[in-house]
Amino acid sequence: MYTEKVMDHFQHPRNVGEIENASGVGTVGNAKCGDIMRIYLDIDENQIIRDVKFKTFGCGAAVATSSMATELVKGKNIQEAMQVTNKAVMEALDGLPPVKVHCSLLAEEAIHAALWDYAEKNGIKIEGLEKPKSDIHEGEEEEEEEY
Amino acid sequence: MEKLIYLDNAATTKTSPEVVNAMLPYFTEHFGNPSSVYGFAAANKEVITKQREIIAGVLGAKANEIYFTAGGTESDNWALTATAEAYESKGKHIITSKIEHHAILHTCEYLEKRGYEVTYLDVDENGLVDPKAVEAAIRPDTILISIMFANNEIGTIEPIAEIGRIAHEHGVLFHTDAVQAFAHVPINVDECNIDMLSASGHKLNGPKGIGFLYIRKGVKIRSFIHGGAQERKRRAGTENVPGIVGLGKAVELAAASMKERMDYETELRDYLISRIEKEIPYCRLNGDRVKRLPNNVNFSFQFIEGESLLIMLDMKGICASSGSACTSGSLDPSHVLLAIGLPHEIAHGSLRMTLDEETTKDDLDYVVDNLKEIVAQLRSMSPLYEDFVKKQEKNKTEA
Repeated sequence: MYTEKVMDHFQHPRNVGEIENASGVGTVGNAKCGDIMRIYLDIDENQIIRDVKFKTFGCGAAVATSSMATELVKGKNIQEAMQVTNKAVMEALDGLPPVKVHCSLLAEEAIHAALWDYAEKNGIKIEGLEKPKSDIHEGEEEEEEEY
Repeated sequence: MEKLIYLDNAATTKTSPEVVNAMLPYFTEHFGNPSSVYGFAAANKEVITKQREIIAGVLGAKANEIYFTAGGTESDNWALTATAEAYESKGKHIITSKIEHHAILHTCEYLEKRGYEVTYLDVDENGLVDPKAVEAAIRPDTILISIMFANNEIGTIEPIAEIGRIAHEHGVLFHTDAVQAFAHVPINVDECNIDMLSASGHKLNGPKGIGFLYIRKGVKIRSFIHGGAQERKRRAGTENVPGIVGLGKAVELAAASMKERMDYETELRDYLISRIEKEIPYCRLNGDRVKRLPNNVNFSFQFIEGESLLIMLDMKGICASSGSACTSGSLDPSHVLLAIGLPHEIAHGSLRMTLDEETTKDDLDYVVDNLKEIVAQLRSMSPLYEDFVKKQEKNKTEA
């Protein structure tokens, strides 16, 4: 079902983790659909993404697209990071099954959400960046459940 | 991959070698059409009757009440649509549950589009249908009650005898989808007042593509597949002789070993459940603990998603299944897990393991050892788990 690249990124995800005092954090998706992605960006004074980390709750494709997206933006400046579209993530993974295309969209949104957070914190405007639409907090009440 | 631990026997089972051997001559040697006149072919009629007798014997039914079909789905479709048509003049109301297999639920939806009304009964947190709720749902125009014998995902065994008694008292036909239960647990159609029962060959070490519908004598039911006079004119088409022989053999073997298998699987099942509950935090056993198929284990693991879990288990040679949306191609997780009240994200993180008589305790130890690590690994990369841990730390400092 998945390409070798997807399986590789699922089995050996790159850049998993958190960044303390990150320059920007973005969380997208919701638990209802079964996918949540969180991206942490560490951006230096020249607006270069020095480090990036992610955490994902989701299927194999969700993990692989998050991992690939972090690889694609690492070391780039924020304008270049804006060019990392879902299509670019998919191509880099040699494609995704049709039902999993939404995972790549989520990866793009997660990067954008983290950039948005960075822009807000620093009072700057990033060309072409819009306020993220989906948000983890939609599902927050349900997360209280525990077993 | 060398190691293969198959824990997906509710999806399908291995066709047992004895079954295959019984079938083989009916491909190359006794290939004749049972409807033909000449002896070598006509003998196959007798062979089919013999299989019918074996199956009927296990159910406490009569041989001429067993109708061969292409499997459980066809049997379910037939039972519902043909009964609906035949009893239309009495009424157009059907009662079923929210946790039925899609072979029932989607057929009900089809009937709804054609003017029938369907009541989908709720189940409790363990997946049990309340017989009182069945009784309360019966109306003068109710023509059929269809409740599964045991649930395919969570293994809960429904109070079929009680529901059957209620159906009988109210003069309503009672169908049960016994695909997961037949030849796994004892079923007697008279004791349970079952009028129709669906079963499938490949869930009991028989071949795929063959099943049957038990139809109690006297039940008016239209034919579903039109054509020749096979199956007492109720199910046309040249009989799948090798399949029928294979099904008969599988039922014979399963019935003979049922008691020991139940004991063996129940012990293993409870061992697996107890190890998981002891060793993996934030998990929940889905389905009734006692009224449960001997071979079914179903857990939800909080903060992780089912498909990821399945792929990682697969890499360790473990075959299982999940109620996660991602395994079905839709965005919604299993309707069964939602019906028992699980929140979406917990339903997404479910794992079903279904054992068979070849499963060993060593297998299960290997599974739990790996499962523990995989769950921990997936949690370490889950934002839901991160939030949970942070919240706990915060609560601790505040306290």
